[in-house]
Amino acid sequence: MGRRTALAGRMITVDSVSKRYGRFLAVDDVSFECRAGQVTGFLGPNGAGKSTSMRIMVDLTPASHGTVRIAGHRYVDIPNPGRHVGVLLDASAQHAGRTGREVLTLGAKTMGLPDSRVEEMLDLVALSATEAKRRVRNYSLGMRQRLGIAHALLGDPSILILDEPANGLDPAGIHWMRGLLRSYAERGGTVLLSSHLLHEVERIADELILIGNGRIVAQGTKQELLQTRGAYVRAQEQEALADALARAGVHAVPSGTGLRSDAEAEQIGKVAATAGIALTELRPADGAGLEEMFLQLTADSQRDTTEGVAA
Amino acid sequence: MSTSTLAAGGTLDFTGTRAVPLSRLIGVELRKLGDTRAGKWLLIGIAAITVAVITIFFLTANESDRTFLNFVGITATPQGFLLPVLGVLLVTSEWTQRTGLVTFSLVPHRGRVVAAKVAASLIAGAAAIALALLVATAATVIGGSPEAWSGIGAHSFGKFGLLQVMGVLQGLALGLLFLNSAAAIVTYFVLPTAVSIVAALWTALSDVWPWVDLGTAQQPLFSGGDLTGEQWSQLGVATLIWVALPFALGVVRVLRAEIK
Ligand SMILES: Nc1ncnc2c1ncn2[C@@H]1O[C@H](COP(=O)(O)OP(=O)(O)O)[C@@H](O)[C@H]1O
Ligand SMILES: [Mg+2]
Repeated sequence: MGRRTALAGRMITVDSVSKRYGRFLAVDDVSFECRAGQVTGFLGPNGAGKSTSMRIMVDLTPASHGTVRIAGHRYVDIPNPGRHVGVLLDASAQHAGRTGREVLTLGAKTMGLPDSRVEEMLDLVALSATEAKRRVRNYSLGMRQRLGIAHALLGDPSILILDEPANGLDPAGIHWMRGLLRSYAERGGTVLLSSHLLHEVERIADELILIGNGRIVAQGTKQELLQTRGAYVRAQEQEALADALARAGVHAVPSGTGLRSDAEAEQIGKVAATAGIALTELRPADGAGLEEMFLQLTADSQRDTTEGVAA
Repeated sequence: MSTSTLAAGGTLDFTGTRAVPLSRLIGVELRKLGDTRAGKWLLIGIAAITVAVITIFFLTANESDRTFLNFVGITATPQGFLLPVLGVLLVTSEWTQRTGLVTFSLVPHRGRVVAAKVAASLIAGAAAIALALLVATAATVIGGSPEAWSGIGAHSFGKFGLLQVMGVLQGLALGLLFLNSAAAIVTYFVLPTAVSIVAALWTALSDVWPWVDLGTAQQPLFSGGDLTGEQWSQLGVATLIWVALPFALGVVRVLRAEIK
């Protein structure tokens, strides 16, 4: 891969995209951007609309409304798109009767790449010569993911769109992929990857987009989203502290052996000082906000599903 | 990231990239015909049956019947059965095996993929016919009747080729229309029989039938002699109904379909 500066260019722009299946809105007015040099995590429970959104990005699914631009262009207008946008939508969507090497060879031939590129990619994703000779029907899901990632990288693209690439990878494989995508982004590449597991993306992503029931519920940098407002406070005189906070109009609820409040630590400290209460602990609340939000989202969508079945 | 260069302002510069030429896509589709076990055996099967029927005819027919045209003609039916299946599978496997996700994200102009598949299927058909001609020539040279080479003209090859091309195109059309191998193949084989049964029962329509039934309209292609103007018209109309129409509907479906 050549040298390239990590400009903060908008490489993928999704603008008010919706997808309707009959009366069901699978994707509901989704807008976001992915920037060069960054890994953007597209996070949401099963059925949230991640795959549908990603298919819309590469023109496999027509959007009911809204537009997607790849570096300012429509996907169909990109000449030889595999050379610019590496796509992995479903690692299992391969002809079961083809060998792994043949799958890559077809891609390389379509894009007009030399056969040596196939060998390079097999090496990169650590598929051995024997494994490459096997038919895809005999591949484990993890091997299919590696093959899919190899295929996405074949054309040496500047943008990667990967749907659940960590699915089926073992912990070592996930670690490997994290390193691969990190260094890819550091060289200026743009990565959009989806997942239904928070811990999978929070380690690699710079930006996070949280989607549930087709709608974006939160988006921002990982720091912004992982950080929660509020503080955790503890005092010997717990009751007195709670009273003092209540009198000062600061809402606080018991949490563990102390209190948790939406107010910032500074304000709580002042209230306690004025009331003459000695604190044993005062700190910003744990960054569990994203996890809570995600759990809530997952629980909501599961409830929807159950209701759907019952109805 | 050598192929995509990031231009100022953070946009990608595509000017250095050429679109994928159709010839390359045809090459890829030809490769897909034979790169799975099923595909390879279908190709081998077509070749083997072509050689086998000519050999059997050579060994069993009267010497006077061992003409070049008879040798070629004997391959028409088995090839006519198998070549369309090749076209069907080339289209439907993109859906049944879900490889369309990759194929159409590499080539978002779906019409070009369809065109490449049509070309690849026709090339495979032409290769099968060439093999038939080659083996028939060998058989005729080895033990043909004294009159073995008579009556050969451009029209005999033309009619033979036209039949196979129509079969291949109909297979492709049904593949595009159903996007499902079983439905397309069953329809391809059952439809002519069903139509001729209806034709036999519905005698009131016997005047219209040569215009509507492809099998009837194709009859003159199997026999020697030139087609009359009316026969050509009937062939055209029937082809329009059973090949062109399903093909057009199939292409529209593929262009519009969600690929997932
Ligand atoms: N063809 C379709 N008809 C009706 N609903 C669909 C269709 N395709 C997808 N859906 C629904 O759209 C929603 C989003 O699906 P998807 O994008 O696959 O979610 P994710 O990838 O986030 O798990 C799901 O509820 C799914 O059932
Ligand atoms: Mg999905």
